[in-house]
Amino acid sequence: MSDPTVASPFLGLSQTIRPLPHFSRAILRVGLKDVARASERLDLALPIAACTATGGSAMGALWLGPDEWLLIGEAGLGNGLDWMAGITEKLGDVVCSLVDVSHRQVALEISGERAEIVLAYGCALDLSITAFPVGMCTRTMYHKAEIVLWRKAPDRFHLEVWRSFARYVEALVRQAESEA
Amino acid sequence: MTSSFRTASGGRVDRDRPVNFTFDGKAYVGLHGDTLASALLANGVHLVGRSFKYHRPRGIVGSGADEPNALVGVRRDAARYTPNLLATQVELYDGLAAVSQNRYPSLEYDCMAVNDTLLGRFIPAGFYYKTFMWPKGAWDKLYEPRIRKAAGLGVAPTAPDPDVYTQRYAHADILVIGAGPAGIAAAQQAAASGARVILADDRPAMGGSLLAAADTTVDGEDARAWLRGSLAALAALSNVTMLPRTIAFGYYPHNWIGLAEKLTDHLPYPASGQPRERLWQVRARQVVIAAGSIERPLVFPDNDRPGIMLADAARTYLQEYGVMVGRKAVIVAAHDSAYRVAHELRAAGIEIAAIVDIRSPVPAAQSARDAGLRVLCDAKVEGTRGRLRVSAITITADGKRETLACDTVLMAGGFTPSVHLFSQSRGKLVWDEAIQAYLPGESGEAERSAGACRGRFALSEALADGAEAGRSAARDAGFSPMDLPIPSAQGARACGGGGHIGAVPTGADLSRAKAFVDWQNDVTARDIALAAREGFLSIEHVKRYTTTGMATDQGKLSNINALGIVSNVTGRSIPEIGLTTFRAPYTPVTFGTLAGKARGDLFDPMRVTAIHDWAAEHGAVFEDVGNWKRARYFPRHGEDMHAAVGRECLQVRNQVGIFDASTLGKIEVVGPDAAEFMNRFYVNAWLKLGVGRCRYGVLLREDGFVLDDGVVGRLAPDRFHVTTTTGGAARVLAMMEDYLQTEWSDLKVWLTSTTEQWSVIAVQGPKARAVLAPLVTGIDLSAEAFPHMSIADAQICGVPMRLMRVSFTGELGFEVNVPSGHGRMVWEAIWECGRSNGMLAYGTETMHVLRAEKGFIIIGQETDGTVTPDDAGLGWAIGKAKPDFVGKRSLARPAMIAPDRKQLVGLLTHDAATVLEEGAQITDPLDPRAAIGHVTSAYHSVALGRSIALALVRGGRARMGHTLHVPMPDGAITAEVVQPVFLDPEGARIHV
Amino acid sequence: MLIIDCPYCGARPELEFSYGGQAHIARPQHPADLCDEDWNGYLYVRDNPKGVHAERWRHIHGCARFFNALRDTRTDHFLATYKVGEPAPKVSRP
Repeated sequence: MSDPTVASPFLGLSQTIRPLPHFSRAILRVGLKDVARASERLDLALPIAACTATGGSAMGALWLGPDEWLLIGEAGLGNGLDWMAGITEKLGDVVCSLVDVSHRQVALEISGERAEIVLAYGCALDLSITAFPVGMCTRTMYHKAEIVLWRKAPDRFHLEVWRSFARYVEALVRQAESEA
Repeated sequence: MTSSFRTASGGRVDRDRPVNFTFDGKAYVGLHGDTLASALLANGVHLVGRSFKYHRPRGIVGSGADEPNALVGVRRDAARYTPNLLATQVELYDGLAAVSQNRYPSLEYDCMAVNDTLLGRFIPAGFYYKTFMWPKGAWDKLYEPRIRKAAGLGVAPTAPDPDVYTQRYAHADILVIGAGPAGIAAAQQAAASGARVILADDRPAMGGSLLAAADTTVDGEDARAWLRGSLAALAALSNVTMLPRTIAFGYYPHNWIGLAEKLTDHLPYPASGQPRERLWQVRARQVVIAAGSIERPLVFPDNDRPGIMLADAARTYLQEYGVMVGRKAVIVAAHDSAYRVAHELRAAGIEIAAIVDIRSPVPAAQSARDAGLRVLCDAKVEGTRGRLRVSAITITADGKRETLACDTVLMAGGFTPSVHLFSQSRGKLVWDEAIQAYLPGESGEAERSAGACRGRFALSEALADGAEAGRSAARDAGFSPMDLPIPSAQGARACGGGGHIGAVPTGADLSRAKAFVDWQNDVTARDIALAAREGFLSIEHVKRYTTTGMATDQGKLSNINALGIVSNVTGRSIPEIGLTTFRAPYTPVTFGTLAGKARGDLFDPMRVTAIHDWAAEHGAVFEDVGNWKRARYFPRHGEDMHAAVGRECLQVRNQVGIFDASTLGKIEVVGPDAAEFMNRFYVNAWLKLGVGRCRYGVLLREDGFVLDDGVVGRLAPDRFHVTTTTGGAARVLAMMEDYLQTEWSDLKVWLTSTTEQWSVIAVQGPKARAVLAPLVTGIDLSAEAFPHMSIADAQICGVPMRLMRVSFTGELGFEVNVPSGHGRMVWEAIWECGRSNGMLAYGTETMHVLRAEKGFIIIGQETDGTVTPDDAGLGWAIGKAKPDFVGKRSLARPAMIAPDRKQLVGLLTHDAATVLEEGAQITDPLDPRAAIGHVTSAYHSVALGRSIALALVRGGRARMGHTLHVPMPDGAITAEVVQPVFLDPEGARIHV
Repeated sequence: MLIIDCPYCGARPELEFSYGGQAHIARPQHPADLCDEDWNGYLYVRDNPKGVHAERWRHIHGCARFFNALRDTRTDHFLATYKVGEPAPKVSRP
């Protein structure tokens, strides 16, 4: 279950933004030659192509770098410790690093026909559907904050930001809504 | 309601919508669609300003971005006053209040005009360099303040800008700059290929020269009707973004172009909160520059009186705004465009007293004569008359000197391609002898110029050139151009290249007369000739010596004539003289637009911890540490910092305090080679650190100086919890990644930042254990089970906890790491539990005092990039047996082991009440000439009842017990050198 | 703002990158064996060419990888980017 006792730094809903409920996250770092084995153990194909994400039934994996994935647990998986323990057990003797970052970052969904423009207010990437297709994910910048941006549908983006930057990003997104 | 100089019909102004405005407090009426300049001219007002140096009366010269004189201030309210706007670009709105600049007390009577009549001949080129050289020091105190008062353009507003400015990144396959005929033709072709096109134009109405194209057809249709249809068709396309009122002000590397879009300046009542301007940062695959051309003024004596204008500007006022710039005009011609102007103005009812052509007879002259116009050829221009408005011009033609009465003199000097953006893009300019102008040559970027800005002046040429540019841009951007037909124009009188450069032939003595080259900076032909004679041969030097081209108009009108004059005086060709650099911005851009959202609270990210709101609710005073907000102290009942910190310190020493240490950097180092990595990276020995134990780590740069420090805990054989300083978190992680990725790829170890995963709640003081014990589960906090420098995972308040027993205060201490989403909940639980134990919350200032009492260093305070571990008294931390670690080799360099290095010591002032100033220099009373060190930290210690200080002192450890001086303005403060540990040197308070 | 072709992520805006100084300067295997002068050279002596420069960049706000680039210091144009450990590609020197 998403845990309602986890504090959210966001103000809340607006026209285009929806703070996402808390979910478990981990950073998995594993060398290229062990990726296949890790994928097999996790029953989840860690994406190899740069800047792409895959979603399994219980977990999503975002390519952040050639040896770095953000694993995202879906809601309904219990508390973070169990989730982490489960993955650790699955990975077994795969030489890798798994670190719980469930609370390091928080997520916003930005959606609607103006989502692209609201993001173009602070993100220098070309966000058109051809340049940034559905399923693409990457670290980048929104104004002066580092974010992870993941396009889940033509008009729906998932944005992750470190917790201390959340208000900064949210304030700018809200200004973008009224100005862009 | 018609103004006296408005034609009965014509133009694109709305004659049914009169607009009231004021200029210098006087009320006028214009029409919707006017600029301030066209509305003033419609009211017969030419005099709009005083010149920069001589305070000569000045009128409107041009009709667009090239205007040098008509700088005005527009005031909406006290905070919304914008100086230095061009009246030719200010759109009229109801209630507009504009004022002239650079005059005192009024435009008509300006006291400073004495500069012109009396002092004028004493302000030659290089005046500032020659005159204000001495006496030494007089520049700051005497000259500069007076010059600043007398000079300067406009007045800055005094209140903060209340407007909102917005911004957007955009990506275009093809960016077309300029929506004149070439730009529109290019956009049509580019858009037809399916490419994403942005079309930007600085004016409110797109169309450029087409807006004033009378008697012209395009594709068989009236040119202005064709324009309307073309723009509507472009606007209807989903792949085209049309940006009127948008100036492309800067062209930066890799096709990165800055656009400034004006959103509300033309509105009488902008909606509250609506952005005033938008900064577009456009990345374009291909750029088409269709920036058009700038008309050349003519340099002749007294060519700056109000009523003396550019000829095509006069035609533009007539055709676009239905405004007659005067009743009776003389046109000074150096280019055939004069004849087109003459015909169109006469048709509107303006008397053309004569066309004074400085050239030998041209075919157009004969047809003008046939049409009944008076044309004088091979003419010289001797001067003009008129105080606040030109009243006559004196010329010589056919050997006869003649004074022609008039109220307007129009200058037709030809056209200069606008190559500013091309030049900014690092394209190479090439001098074209036939056109007598610099044209775009080899591009430095994925860019092409089209139309008048590359010398294709005639309408049909410009349309064809634009269409071809649009097609090739589409091709180069990876699209297949459609073969749209190229628009063809008829009836437009072709205006080709040529024209005149430099001073116009005259019988007058140009070493005495004022023939202006740069209107805005008051630079005359005499000044430029003088500079050339004084040996300034490079145009870059002439520019700086005379200031020509250095005003806000960046020499749009003046540069080419300055070149011509230098060429004449030095006998060198224009290409030999070279060209000054064209710099961004093309026209001035507001600071608001450039700043965008980066102002106020959003200037930088304001990083806050999960406990920040609690601290704010409890009255914390915050300080900035990097981007973080940290609680500095918690004053009660109007306490000042000194009182609050004293109280907080005592409470921690005697009872217990709670402190938000969440901002500390945290890195989880994981992998089979984690210990080996730590061993290579930090100075300490890590291989034997037991699981569950912590160690204070010191990190050097490769040059041997201390970079960072922090406590490191071993969670498992292959897992370390590394803490860094708050400010060093990103730096240390980046440096670790650097070594792992580029030097030690043999190591199987990975790094993950966990700074924000954990809220860190420090509980410090003799009662710390008592406070925490009831809340934790799964761990025994006793001294035996969990001694100082232990780390363990357990639970607190039902959530996971990573507990460290560490102390930066010298007291029994714990740092409770909990997932940050639970940070505030746990903090409040500890707070509730602690209150019965006398707990209070303390801030960074108290933390600083407590650690200084213990002699613990702070990176960046006791270190400054030149401090070795030994200097800082941290030599004990180095793993002596290790063959290598980052920075080890540097520690063996001779200078790093010299005995007189600055070493960390304590200082106790002889007067216990005196707190030294941090940063103060330290001298040896036996040899006071040189500073031997400086104070790094100094506080009043309540626990010790006196002041304490830490300092870096040359050979400090050999000076124990010595008295040193800290010289201050009121005399030296004496202090004794002591060990840098003031309290509990045995550490008895920690190990309980 | 420059466009930099990250060998992993492709063309990306400069603000996602950090600069890392001259490329191909390996840390000595055994620093203790170096004389002071050689160590000084490793620490401080760098090229400052007018023209092609091999330099390190890091896609710090992207894939976080260090990589190398050949940049013409006169034009700011990148001639090539390549992964750490790969030799500098041959480029025609303009």
